[in-house]
Amino acid sequence: MSLVDPTIAILITGALVGMTGALLGSFLVLRGNSMLADAISHSILFGIAVAWLLTGQTSGPVQIIGAALSGVLAVFLIELLTRTRRLRDDAAIGLVFPALFSAGVVLINVYARDVHLDEHTVLLGEIGFVWLDTLTIAGMEIPRAMLTLSVMLLVDALFVLAFFKTLKLATFDADLARVLGLMPGLIFYAHLSLLSGTAVAAFDAVGVVLFISFVVVPPAAAYLVTQRLVSLIALAMLIAAASAPIGYWMAVWLDVSIGGMMALSTGGFLLLAYCWRRLRDHRHYRSRSLEPPPASSA
Amino acid sequence: MSHSPSDPDVHHDPSIALHLEDLTVSYGERPALWDIDLDVPAGVMAGIIGPNGAGKSTLIKAILGLVPVSAGHIRLFGEPYGQQRRRVGYVPQRSSVDWEFPTTAVDVVTMGLYGQLSWWRWPGRGERDQALRALEQVSMESLADRQISELSGGQQQRVFIARALVQNPDILLLDEPMAGVDATTERQIIDLLRRLRDDGRTVIVVHHDLQTVQRYFDWLAFLNVRIIAAGALEHVYTANNLRRAYGGQVALLDEAQNRPNAPSDA
Amino acid sequence: MLSFLTDYTLQNVMIGAALIGIISGVLGCFAVLRRQSLLGDTLSHAALPGVCLGFLWAGSRSMESLMAGALFSGAVATVIMLTLTRRTRLKMDAALAVTLSLGFALGVVLLTFIQNRGGAAQAGLDSFLFGQAAATVRGDLYPMAVIVLIGLSLVVVFWKPLKLMTFDPEYAAVSGLPVRLLELFLTGMIALAVVVGLQMVGVILMTAMVIAPGAAARQWSGSLLGMLLLAAFFGATAGISGGVISALAPGLSTGPVVVLVASAIALFSLLFAPQRGLIPSRWRRRHKRSHTSSDRILLTVYELAREHGDWSYRVEQGAVDAYYGMVTEPLLQALAQRDLLKAADHMPDEGPHWQLTQSGCEYAAARSRDQSRTRRLRQVERPA
Repeated sequence: MSLVDPTIAILITGALVGMTGALLGSFLVLRGNSMLADAISHSILFGIAVAWLLTGQTSGPVQIIGAALSGVLAVFLIELLTRTRRLRDDAAIGLVFPALFSAGVVLINVYARDVHLDEHTVLLGEIGFVWLDTLTIAGMEIPRAMLTLSVMLLVDALFVLAFFKTLKLATFDADLARVLGLMPGLIFYAHLSLLSGTAVAAFDAVGVVLFISFVVVPPAAAYLVTQRLVSLIALAMLIAAASAPIGYWMAVWLDVSIGGMMALSTGGFLLLAYCWRRLRDHRHYRSRSLEPPPASSA
Repeated sequence: MSHSPSDPDVHHDPSIALHLEDLTVSYGERPALWDIDLDVPAGVMAGIIGPNGAGKSTLIKAILGLVPVSAGHIRLFGEPYGQQRRRVGYVPQRSSVDWEFPTTAVDVVTMGLYGQLSWWRWPGRGERDQALRALEQVSMESLADRQISELSGGQQQRVFIARALVQNPDILLLDEPMAGVDATTERQIIDLLRRLRDDGRTVIVVHHDLQTVQRYFDWLAFLNVRIIAAGALEHVYTANNLRRAYGGQVALLDEAQNRPNAPSDA
Repeated sequence: MLSFLTDYTLQNVMIGAALIGIISGVLGCFAVLRRQSLLGDTLSHAALPGVCLGFLWAGSRSMESLMAGALFSGAVATVIMLTLTRRTRLKMDAALAVTLSLGFALGVVLLTFIQNRGGAAQAGLDSFLFGQAAATVRGDLYPMAVIVLIGLSLVVVFWKPLKLMTFDPEYAAVSGLPVRLLELFLTGMIALAVVVGLQMVGVILMTAMVIAPGAAARQWSGSLLGMLLLAAFFGATAGISGGVISALAPGLSTGPVVVLVASAIALFSLLFAPQRGLIPSRWRRRHKRSHTSSDRILLTVYELAREHGDWSYRVEQGAVDAYYGMVTEPLLQALAQRDLLKAADHMPDEGPHWQLTQSGCEYAAARSRDQSRTRRLRQVERPA
């Protein structure tokens, strides 16, 4: 068993994308900012294109940081537009990321035609090829995407562990966090910067749009099932990780896109969570007929 | 008067729990709070009342540094907020957070301690015990491990108050704590706040129900963009002050009629 | 130049792009005003599986079946979104993002399914990602035109309920309108707009065509009708110019170019629209300064001093700024030069302060007496 075996490489890379996305996505979904995942992951195309123009490379730490900056730029522009009070935040999101994404596509169209970098790869990724691009570290051959994503997962996990209570309070009650001197604004930007970085690291594996599935769907599914933040995050990461092998086998069986099928598998878990919740609420409702089920009160 | 109130050398009196001087807050074209001078003595149960849009919540937020201040300054026990942070407990409006958040009552109360822990330290058993004691003060210890969305409105409010109490604050700021709670809970909350006051803490409550003002508070501030009247209940709770606070427009200055036309775009 | 306009392909592109701009501009206004701008994003991503299903069903790339498929998947996406928000504790943003990403994932899966059966090259379904204007043939324009006509006439027929719904849904519900049905109807209309744009703009970027014209028009017009008409105009302008640019420069995808033009229009409107534009309103603020006489500001300082019972009372500059809603520093400086005000020292955590000078106090007192006298005179002249 080797890390450059195609199946192993695809499975591990998929699981890494899923776990990293779900870890950061949990806070995004709880804060009610899920669509920022959409905005960020589209906007990084602009950064990827610019980084490629400047350095001729699409992967590597400089490129990840550079491209991640365009995700942060998108968030910054959205805040700027909202603050003018001429637009609501939903319209601001919907104006900013298509513009950045379009700028990225046009740059690629004009300067990078016929190169490895094309907008379809950025959009859809090609997880089937991750085992081809390898690095040798300490005598061991390892796919580049796997290495990058492992580093991102480590960085993200350290961030969440270190700032867990600040993140939690900033998500639940940002005002109180500020009153207690915890700087929720800074945490918000740090969190979204890491999300952009992770999106960049993930793009050539699953593409930017499928990345959104891993960020949003597993936390949404976990949210329907558990009532503790820690277990929500753990469950979301588990769902995301499990979606990789399930999606892979189904994709091979049906001979379709592996990344797409992995993303779709997270939807399967959401469906399960939904049914479980409905069933439980139903029973809950019948056993305590005085109280309406809490889920449908929203 | 011996010296000007804005004399930079003035020593602020630490027996005054909350001192606001010339406070002005603006959200754009018009001031939301204008030239507020207010001294709330320590150990009172103070009500801040005024009509909708009078700036009551803005006042609380300005004190806590949540909205930028255009002019003036704020002192808590004679010092700026940053230095007194730990002595202040804040109970925001219940509707300001998402009660579907996956967390429990005791966990919410523990959040009140996050500011006192160094940034890398996770809350442990000690913090949990403190939180449970705070929940006991509001008679909520039996529901400590309930998910917060499963609590009633009054119970949620008590969890919020416990979260402020866990900091053991000397001054407690509450934004409409009676909104949307039943009569029994309202009585429990007011009894609790009175006990806190009797312990020597200062309790400042933004309140909107004029019916109960006289029974609940011993100190009042009428607010309508500016301070209409402030002081001990028996001195300021008059028909005239009520009319001035609630009766239509309040001129910021005598000169206000001559203000330039405000632009129409909002 | 004339031959440029009569070029057959180019004509198709221009007509098609204008149709897209008009329908998405008009219908997008409702989404922008109802704070549901991102609905277009979700519905357009979720149209991809529908396009694939339409292709599989018809066995060919016929515009009608692709559009029917896209409408069908739009309907399914709507049902999923509504189920998630109404029956679970997930909020709108999560429902939108979930539906968007899963819909797109399904689309990608179906796309590869078709590709691997060897049909994709002929199908050219890839072009639905970013749009390919040059591929538009005259036959594609007819179904597009039909949908645009249907969409616009529905807006005309249901004008009043739609307007009420957009402005105040609660009131609409109270006055007996079927709010939920109308909500569904508006969502369906967005799906219609998306479907029209699939061919040229593509699923990824159709969202910008729904949002940008409406957001731009909002800056210029205060009425719903005016906004809709302007949005149609902006949408058509963006569509035509983007379509032409991309058709003339081979290799450029149409969608991104159209979106960049639309974004430029929106940016221009945000900056320069006469009423709400940022630059005109800043200019007005500065202009207002010259109308606010320095005497009036002196009187404000005077009144504040009088209210505080202290003629040497220090007024903070920020308070004067807040009172007038503008930057008053130049006027305060001018007063200081006339020796009516002087700068005062202040606490470290506050801004600059000003206080009256002896002559300023006397001058202001005289002005204040004048004013109250004229005010009293006016009251006398105007018997009740």
